[in-house]
Formats: sequence, structure tokens, C-alpha cells
Amino acid sequence: MSAAQFGVYVHIPFCAARCDYCDFATWTDRGHLVDDYVAACVRDIEQRALAPATSVFFGGGTPSLLDAAQLTAILDTIARAPDAEVTVECNPDSIDLTKLRAYADAGVNRVSFGVQSMRAHVLAALGRTHDPDNVARAVDAARAAGIDRVNLDLIYGTPGETIADWEATLDAALALEPGHISAYALTVEPGTPLATAVADGARAAPDDDDQATKYEVADERLGAAGLVWYEVSNWARPGDECRHNLLYWEGGDYAAIGCAAHGHEAGRRAWNVRTPERYVDAIARGVSPEAGHEVLDGPGRCAERLVLGIRTAAGIKLPGPGADSSRVATCITDLADLGLVTRVDDRVVLTRRGRLLGNEAATRLLAALDGPSAAVGTR
Amino acid sequence: MPGLERFRNFSIVAHVDHGKSTLADRILELTGAVDPRDMRAQYLDSMDLERERGITIKAQNVRLHWDDHILHLIDTPGHVDFGYEVSRSLAACEGALLLVDASQGIEAQTLANCYLALEHDLTIVAALNKIDLPAAEPDRVAGEIEHVLGIPASEILHISAKTGEGVPALLDALVARIPPPTGDADAPLQALIFDSIYDAYRGVVSSVRVFSGTLSTGARLRYVQAKAVHDAEEIGVRHPAPTPVAALGPGEVGYLIAGIKDVGQARVGETVTNAVRPAEELPGYRDPKPMVFCGLYPVDGDEYAELRESLEKLRLNDSSFTYEPETSGALGFGFRCGFLGLLHMEIVRERLEREYDLSLVATAPNVEYQLQLVDGRIEIVDNPSAMPTPNEIASIEEPYVNVTVLTPTEYIGPIMELCQQRRGEMTRMDYLSEERVELVYVLPLAEIVMDFFDQLKSRTRGYASLDYEPAGYRASNLSKVDVLLNNVPVDAFSTIVHRDKAYDYGKRMTEKLRELIPRQLFDVPIQAAVGGRIIARETVKAKRKDVIAKCYGGDITRKRKLLERQKEGKKRMKQIGRVEVPQEAFVAALRLDD
Repeated sequence: MSAAQFGVYVHIPFCAARCDYCDFATWTDRGHLVDDYVAACVRDIEQRALAPATSVFFGGGTPSLLDAAQLTAILDTIARAPDAEVTVECNPDSIDLTKLRAYADAGVNRVSFGVQSMRAHVLAALGRTHDPDNVARAVDAARAAGIDRVNLDLIYGTPGETIADWEATLDAALALEPGHISAYALTVEPGTPLATAVADGARAAPDDDDQATKYEVADERLGAAGLVWYEVSNWARPGDECRHNLLYWEGGDYAAIGCAAHGHEAGRRAWNVRTPERYVDAIARGVSPEAGHEVLDGPGRCAERLVLGIRTAAGIKLPGPGADSSRVATCITDLADLGLVTRVDDRVVLTRRGRLLGNEAATRLLAALDGPSAAVGTR
Repeated sequence: MPGLERFRNFSIVAHVDHGKSTLADRILELTGAVDPRDMRAQYLDSMDLERERGITIKAQNVRLHWDDHILHLIDTPGHVDFGYEVSRSLAACEGALLLVDASQGIEAQTLANCYLALEHDLTIVAALNKIDLPAAEPDRVAGEIEHVLGIPASEILHISAKTGEGVPALLDALVARIPPPTGDADAPLQALIFDSIYDAYRGVVSSVRVFSGTLSTGARLRYVQAKAVHDAEEIGVRHPAPTPVAALGPGEVGYLIAGIKDVGQARVGETVTNAVRPAEELPGYRDPKPMVFCGLYPVDGDEYAELRESLEKLRLNDSSFTYEPETSGALGFGFRCGFLGLLHMEIVRERLEREYDLSLVATAPNVEYQLQLVDGRIEIVDNPSAMPTPNEIASIEEPYVNVTVLTPTEYIGPIMELCQQRRGEMTRMDYLSEERVELVYVLPLAEIVMDFFDQLKSRTRGYASLDYEPAGYRASNLSKVDVLLNNVPVDAFSTIVHRDKAYDYGKRMTEKLRELIPRQLFDVPIQAAVGGRIIARETVKAKRKDVIAKCYGGDITRKRKLLERQKEGKKRMKQIGRVEVPQEAFVAALRLDD
């Protein structure tokens, strides 16, 4: 990756309704703040002399809930490299051709639709309201507006979803011929309505084995349709990978705009205040919206590279000769024997089984990187 | 020195909760031994554990003045585990005060201790306590005592230790009925140690009763069993505040400090005599013999050294438990410990955790087996994992005990059922009164150490009481059950049970472990086996997925920390063959109560 890559992440913390599983920083009752928030983002960007962005990502929340003019006002402020990738996350329900045209005019060239499932009963179980037919309309509209790069976000493993339901979702999504699909195992995040329902016994917890099977089904079908796996939960037509997200996994630099946004610059990770009120307030008072940061030392950065890199199709580099390399090499051999990794040239890459057991692989490698006491898993 | 005829030495024999400590408190007040301002409940029980559990673990003695007489009250441990200590305390007395709750009746251990007192030719003064309670039935209970001990109901006193009613009359009766001690002050010294405690500043402080001769400060003493000579640094009596005296004559009770650093050198039952003019040893000495064994391990392996130090220190105070290092594949480094009984085991464990701030895991308790091997050798096994393979064993003998249960008649059925389940054979049944019965069984000790007490309590709503005494070894049809994790035996779960119960144990343990052991990268069979034969099997299915679904810009710090934590957790795992098991899983599986 060339050093010139630089991303800008803009967080839009507003939603029309909250999904039961969502633990993102987003609010459904802050409509009155939107104007101030957009103004704060614009001012924040203006005050920071950011390098020209090679990628911009509007995430949320629901960025498409903003008026087109509000979103493009923020985008216009961001200096961009000539061929910058600009993505906006959209709810298929709150998007139309007019808005998409305005996005395209402002430079948006990639949209990501939160689809989750194409089966109504699964959507209901997720606490989502949209009509699966809206997805096709939204994808058509994006293409009509001239935005060719489309991602569909899917969720699998919702209790009540059968294998057939999941296959139907995959097939329906693939029928729309997106260049990119992200498929996530439903995860019970603490503090969400889903977590409460599971704890109360009102809802079943997702089943790891069911999710594993569905992952394998997804990998088969997506691969057969020409979408190649490139990160644990991401598949793309070659060349259509999300450049912005690759920055995250490759340890690249990116700026954080908006509340709860995280940024990274040369080993320094920082995150902004969580609520839109506090972000607006900080910008208005001319102080930094940063809430905290960490600076990793050498071993910390090494651990981070490992846990991020191992998730990707590029994998991680085999260790060169050195004091600790034999232990790491033994660990890799063990992981290969267990069928979790393969060696590709000078790199180590997760197998399909290894992708599902990515935490096991990562923790074993982390342990092998540690001091001599870290013999576990190498016997 | 006062004349012998003015002394009265007595113990109180009573069941837990029948009011012994309250009565001792009243007596201390009435005799002016403790200033009312300094009085506190359970005055003589000094250990926290004693106060909390309402039991006496260590014998105490106190010198009291009543009506121109000098009384030595020797407070004894009441529990079956400490039967030998009780017998030594009784040996120091001429009389025993039998104290029985008038609302409950005599209990099994009380009766056993009474029989012990009678064997020592002690005069028994019986008293019914708690007569102020509405539920008191003094006539019925007096009838029971008359029936089982032959003490005429008319001679039984009625008191309330709580209100003090009848206590002066009781003290008068003790003086009137218990004979004074006898002994020649000029004869060679014979003194009995009936308790020793370790004091961090003074070393070992022993409670002694002089039978003949005179114990003088500065004298050169011979400890017969320990084969050691020590100087009497300080001799004194307890009022109960320790008060040094120049000498103790025959019949007197007091304490002795002789510069000893380890209670093992001044054991209960030891005879102390003069080094230059030794007397004969007093009869009845016995080495304490552990009956119940378990492994003790620190939950945190780093605390092994602390555990060893703590055991060393505790043993200065209690020479009746044993310990030796052992290594467990599942639990790491620890100690195989032997105890007098279950309560003793609990007390030692609790003291280690409390007084030495350790967190411990104990393996299931077991007894000591005598093995006749095929090659003719005899082997003693106190650790199931050290059991030879079945084809090496000709026969196995296990310790049996005579168990006495006293119970209201309505619980006879449930108790008989319990004893039968535990391989018991009834040897006697005796109605103490219309409402209460004595059941005597012979049972394998191993069946008692599992959870017999708890079962007895729950089946009789706490109304039955229990006592047991060793009844020798008997051949039994026993099997060692091994538990294998991915085909590797896990020593901590090996156990020896009767063949009929092997399946139950195997099934219960494999099911428990299946729930507790996290999924691995491969299927992990959990098997219970007797010899080479698998009797139960469960499988922990291979895990297929653990990966975090999403890892974007805002997740990186959190997810890296999560994985670092998981890595640290992995390092703390115990490796059994290829299987990684968190120590907590073993600890949880060893809990008997679940």
C-alpha cells in the first residue's frame, strides 16, 4: 500500500429507528441537532488541514437520513485526491433517485445499503422495518444516478432464520449484481435491546454452529458468483474492494469527523466524544472533540498489525529469522496442521475454517509473539 | 498449696447448641472469674471459627472458686472428629457435667462422650438446660437419660444457662458429688498434656493436669513420647487470665510453657515427668491418625509457596493433620492432606483461607485403602490416582465405622433408607423413649465422607444426630473410576467407589465436565473408565466459529484488547494433553454440592 493513502471517516449519528442488535453511536430523537451537527462537521474539517483524501466514508447511524444538501456540504469541505473513493451508507427505505443524483454530483461514487435480510420474518426478528423490494429499487436508483459501486450489507444467523432463508437472501442479493457484499454474523452486543431480550430468555441467542454453516454457504455462493473473499466478512468483485475499509486492516491513516468517530495517524489512535451534543459543543467552543487516544509501542503495533492483517486475504507476513521467529514458525505450523492457515508465498493466510476460527488463530499467534512463557499452543 | 479435698475437676459434655458455652459464661460470672464489664459471649471460645460455628475446637481450662472450693472447668471439643482429644480431656477430670437441651434430648455425640466418661470412671452430674423454653420437656428428656445412662431422673438438675436459674445449685452439686482428686505431691511427677496451642510469642502453651508429684517452674522435664527434655519456663493457672504460679501439685490443672516451637513435640496425651526422677508414662497415648484425605491446591498456581508456608505454620498449631507435596496434571502443584475427619478437614481448609488469605481448591475427600496385591505385597493407598491397575490387585479393604444415630422416631424410615443406600448394615435399634430411638449401623467410612452429614440433616430436618467410631477394615468390591479427557486421565477426578456406584459417578462427572470445558478445535471425548472399560462418555463438540464479525476503524482498539485478554486467558489454561481447560472448570467440577 502506498503511503499516500489517506481516509476521512464522517460519522452521522442519526437514525429513523433503532435496530435491536445495533450498538453504534446513533440516536433517533436528535433531529433538532442535525443542522448544528452538519455545521460542526464542516467547521471541524475546515479547521484541520487534512491531506487530500483518497477515500471518504459516511457511516452511521444513517447518513442517508440527511438532506442531500447537508451531506454534500460536508463532502464539499473535504479535500480529495482525483480518484477518491467516496462511500455513503444508505437505508434502502430513505433513499431515492433525486438524493442519489445529488450525491453523485457531489462526488459520491459508492453506496452501501443496509439490507440485512431479504426475508421479511428475519427482518422482523432483527427489529428492522424495510420492505425487501425497496432494496432492488434502491440499487436500480443508485445505478440510474450513475453510482455503479454498490455494497449490500447482510446479516446471518438470526434465530429463526433457516439455511433456506439465508440462501434465499444470498440469491436475492446476488440477483442485484452488487460488486461487493459484506456478510456479518449476528452478534449480541452488550447493552442492546437484543442483549436484554436474550438475557431475559425472550429471544434465543445466535448459535455459533448455525452461523458457521451459513458462513460456509455464503462463501460458496458468493465465490461462485465471482465475489472473492478479501476480509473475514467481506467479498468483492476483483478491483471492487472497499479501499477505505482496507485502510483499517492495513494500518493506514484516517481522520475522524463527527461524534464517536475514530481516527488513526502513525500509531496514534484517537476517538471523539460519543454524543452529538458534546461534539457540537466542542467545535463551537473551539476545543478538540477528542475524548481519548492511545499510542502503541512497538510490540503493541505488532500485535495490532497481526490481529488486523490476519483477517484479510493478504494475511500476515511470515516472520523473518530472529530470536522469536522459531516459536512463531512452530505456531504457524501447528495452525497449518489444524487447517486454520495456509502459506501463500511469504505470507500466512487464513483458510475458510481459519476465518471462522479467527480469534483462536490470532490469540495463538499473539501468544507466540510474547515472551518465552508463551508456550501454550505450540506443543 | 490447698489440700486436695478442695479441688474438683470436671468437663462439660454437651451437644452443639445445647448451651455449653452459655453455661460456661454464667459460671465465669457467678464465680467472679470474669469482671462483668469484660464479659462477652462464648468467653472461652477464642477462635473466630469457634464463635461463628458455635463449636469448641480447642480444649480450654479455667480455675474457678466456689464455696471455698477450687473448680477446674475443662472445656472440650464436642465433635466426633476430635474423639481422642475429648478422651484426654476427660482423663484429666474426676467428673463430667452432662448438659442436655430439655427441648431436644440427648444427642449421639453427647451419648458417646458420656460413655467415654463412664469408661474413665468419671462421676456424671446431669443437668437439663433451657428449662425456660416453652418447648422444654424436662420429664421426657430426663426419662431418656435415665433409660440410656442409668442416671436416676430425680438426680438430674434443671437449669437455664441463659437466665442463670439453677446454676448455683448445679455448682453446689458438682462440689458435692464429684470426688476430689488424689495423688502424692512427693511422688515422681506425672502430668498429662490434654491440649497444646502455638503462641507466636511464647511458643507452645500446653494445658496440663498433674496426677502425682509436683510440676515446678524451672524444673527439667522429660516429654516421654517426644523423647525430649525441656525446662519449665512458666507454669500457671487460668482465672481465666493466665497467672503464673511456682508449682502445680497433684490434682491441679494449669498451663505449661517450656520453650517448645512445635505442637507436634507436645502432643495431646503426652506424659510430662521429671528428667532426673522420671515416673511411668500415663496410659492411653495414641498418635493422631488421619482418617480422611484430600488434595489441597492453590487456585492460583503462584500461591503454591504460600500454601506450603501456611501449612507449616498451621501445623505448629495442629499436629493432627498431615500433608505432603503432590502434583496433579489438572490442578498443578499442591498437597495431599490427611485429617481426623470431615469437620477437621473443613476447619483446616477454612483456617488456611481465612488466616493465611489463600484461595484453595480441594479434591473430593477419600479414605485410606489397604490393598492386597497379586504379588503378595500389601499397599496402603490414600490417593485414588495412586491406585494400582485392577489386574495387580488381589483385594481391597476399606475402613468401616460404627455409626450411632439418635433420632425422633418419625425419621427412622428415611434414615434406614439412607444407610442402606450407603451400604450400611444395621446392628442395633433401641428406643430411648416413645419418641426417640437409637440406630446403630456399620458403614464404610467412605460413604460418610461424601455427604452423609448433609443428607442426614436434610432427611431429618436437622433432628438426628450422629456419632461414629472406627470399626476396622473390611474387604469391599471397590473400583477405581478414571476420568479421561481426550483419552488422557485427569488425576483430580479419579475416585474409588463401590462397583455399583461407579456408573453414577462416571455419568455425573462426565456430564459436569462437558458443560464446563470450553469447545476446542477438535471433538473432545470425556470418558469415565473402570480398568480399561469405558462406562460413560460425553463429547465436547469441536468449536466451529469464534471470530469477531466486524472490525472497522472504531473497533480496532477494543478488539485488539479483547484478543490480548483472550491470549492471556489462554496462557492460564491448564493443558491436559492437547486440551486447554481453564482452572475454574476443574474447580467447579470438584464442587460436591452442585
